[in-house]
Amino acid sequence: MSDSKIQENLQKEDAYYVNMGPQHPSTHGVLRLRVGLQGEKVIHVEPHCGYIHRGIEKMCEKDTYSQIIHLTDRLDYLSANTNNEAVCLLVENALGIEVPERVKIIRTILDELTRLASHQLWWSVMGMDLGALTTFFYGLRDREKILDIFEESTGGRLLPSFNTPGGFMHDIHPNFVPRTKEFLAYFKKKLPEYNRLLTGNVIFQQRTKGIGILSKEDAIAYGVTGPSGRASGFACDVRKHHPYSAYGMVDFKEILYTEGDSFYRYVARMDEMWESMKIIEQLIDRIEDGPYTAKMKPIIKLPAGEYYQRVETTRGEFGVFVISTGDKTPYRMKFRSPNFANLSALDYMSRGFKIADMVAIMSSLDLVIPDIDR
Amino acid sequence: MSNEQLQNYIKELVPEVVFEENTQYLVAVVPTEKIYAITENLKKNASTAFDYMLSLTGVDYPDSYAVVYHLESTKHNHLIVLKAKMDKQNPKIDSVCKVWPAAELQEREVFDFFGVHFNNHPDLRRLFMDEEWQGYPLRKDYKDEINIVEL
Repeated sequence: MSDSKIQENLQKEDAYYVNMGPQHPSTHGVLRLRVGLQGEKVIHVEPHCGYIHRGIEKMCEKDTYSQIIHLTDRLDYLSANTNNEAVCLLVENALGIEVPERVKIIRTILDELTRLASHQLWWSVMGMDLGALTTFFYGLRDREKILDIFEESTGGRLLPSFNTPGGFMHDIHPNFVPRTKEFLAYFKKKLPEYNRLLTGNVIFQQRTKGIGILSKEDAIAYGVTGPSGRASGFACDVRKHHPYSAYGMVDFKEILYTEGDSFYRYVARMDEMWESMKIIEQLIDRIEDGPYTAKMKPIIKLPAGEYYQRVETTRGEFGVFVISTGDKTPYRMKFRSPNFANLSALDYMSRGFKIADMVAIMSSLDLVIPDIDR
Repeated sequence: MSNEQLQNYIKELVPEVVFEENTQYLVAVVPTEKIYAITENLKKNASTAFDYMLSLTGVDYPDSYAVVYHLESTKHNHLIVLKAKMDKQNPKIDSVCKVWPAAELQEREVFDFFGVHFNNHPDLRRLFMDEEWQGYPLRKDYKDEINIVEL
């Protein structure tokens, strides 16, 4: 063992260990962190996962591709629609099916609505974690409007399972377009309010600026993607670099910062909400009449081979890896979940900061635990 | 680098490499005992620079266990899939934690589900299952004696 390693182990033995979770309010789920402390200083964080492990990858091996879509909802439940889409895109690409343009556009709009709803919830709870309870009511009030749009068109508020290989389960509601437009007009007025309420707050800035710094090189090495990675300068937006659905048809900016601290992870998400609205605006009038699904066989069998599909969920890059033997069920299915990768950087990011900063760092990473445990 | 250039580069690095045909990305089956040297070279070499590991997957093939690495270069935007196969009796492979720290948790996951042992891993324990769990659930021959649900 090297000297530094011995030193580190001595420090660990000396440390005072505190459990954060599995029922800690700021973990937003059942994640247990064993935090090693020296005084108030964090010297070591050890995540203990598995409290909500359901063996989804094993279940997938017995399910058909249409059934698997319902399981992907339960990974990152705040980007359920995007997870569904990843499996659908994989099946469509493997079979060489071209979906109608109408489907592509609606999928993209739903993705961005999902992103907005998820960021609204994240903003609500981030403020709440840091002691500003008001944000919770503001954020949830606006999120409700998106969930209503989802409910009307897809039948599900949180877990729509609306995508199927080839298109959608059924057509969207006639109210979808006017209500989405109405929401955009509404939320454009409300978003500056978010900034006035929290972004400029002195206490909030002091608790997040310079906290949990992650450099670009480390973000890449740990595979930290999504707004968290882009706040460190890692250009990892799958929508931009490997466009799918209708992302190739729209003009939007990839939000990049170089600071990489909790505050800029916050700012990156706030900016992303504007970009999401921009994307929806460009597409909402381009929904043409037509079929809502491509022609699909009732039983989907992927040709033997290995497939990988990447999409950008709210929290980063989501990947689906399928090994097919030509059967109607996959031989092996693996989900590359963004939260799992983001979690791996938590130990590195929080070393040297105070235990109270852990809450700010975790909130700014926006972890969703079922996506980690799968 | 284009796929062809990558192919030539890896062939020079490890002559034993086999490339799979008709695949979505370039898939290289590399000798298991050399995995650390190969990955380290692919990351450090400026012309390949695979600095971003998308995913590390364990697979139970009918004749072997395998670890599949999806690697991308953020500089050159090329992607490669490395595959290392192990025999079923005693699956062992070198850890790549030192190359990509992201591998630490992902290797623990593969150990947990497939029983693949990663040499030189700093903290190889089960990640999702209980410490005293018997067997490796994602193996194809795994039988759950307690909760049998056969469809």
